[in-house]
Amino acid sequence: MSRQRITVEDVGDVAVVQFVDKKILDEQNIQLIGDDLFKLVDELGRRKLLLNFSNVDFMSSAALGKLIRLDQRMKAVGGKVIMCGISKDIMQVFVLTKLDKILKIVKDEQTGLSSF
Amino acid sequence: MGNTIHTKLFVPSELEEVRRIQDDIESGLQLKQFGDSDLFAVKLAVEEALVNAIKHGNQLDPAKKVFVQYTIDDNHFEIRIKDEGAGFDPTDLPDPTADDFLERPCGRGVMLIRSFMSSVDYVGNGNEVVMSKLKSEPDPEV
Repeated sequence: MSRQRITVEDVGDVAVVQFVDKKILDEQNIQLIGDDLFKLVDELGRRKLLLNFSNVDFMSSAALGKLIRLDQRMKAVGGKVIMCGISKDIMQVFVLTKLDKILKIVKDEQTGLSSF
Repeated sequence: MGNTIHTKLFVPSELEEVRRIQDDIESGLQLKQFGDSDLFAVKLAVEEALVNAIKHGNQLDPAKKVFVQYTIDDNHFEIRIKDEGAGFDPTDLPDPTADDFLERPCGRGVMLIRSFMSSVDYVGNGNEVVMSKLKSEPDPEV
């Protein structure tokens, strides 16, 4: 039986995603998390995703790649991905790679919900 | 504060090995009282370098090993990671922050390693990296 990697809560028409793992780390795990996120878009037709990273304390560049692909996919179908609750260290990764310029990042869930 | 931690090992070209090594390094850094930001920096750099060695260097070939050697003392972490691949030219990588590269999903690992570590050197034909991290001063916000 596959282990749960994300939880999804509906707030209006926004799917709020929390990550179960503190470390979005190894390749296989990232692939499976990516599959779960893409399912929300492609199979469940969700068009507003709020990814809450407040439980995540580590991620690598492989996870960045998955987030870029998810954002591209969502834009292609007219939807929007917003990310929130990002720790200081992880935020540094987004800033250094300049991904904070192309991905929508806000401080917390409440701000995210009002930003769609 | 105690003795320097020395570890030297050959690991199979399996991504599962990365987590085990990371856990050992994290324990060592905590023992030497490195702060959370240093732990994050080292974990990120080791993750990127080991995945590069196993996946791109050794091409996940089970017949090939990755050599890992690291030391942790009270103020300094240093690691050497060498794969059996053909190597690469680290000066020949595109800038992942350039406008025409920004939306590509890969190619940021080496840049992140350089950003988060105190020193990084690619040795020989690029199949070996030696990198270090000096312990930071305690965060004044904490």
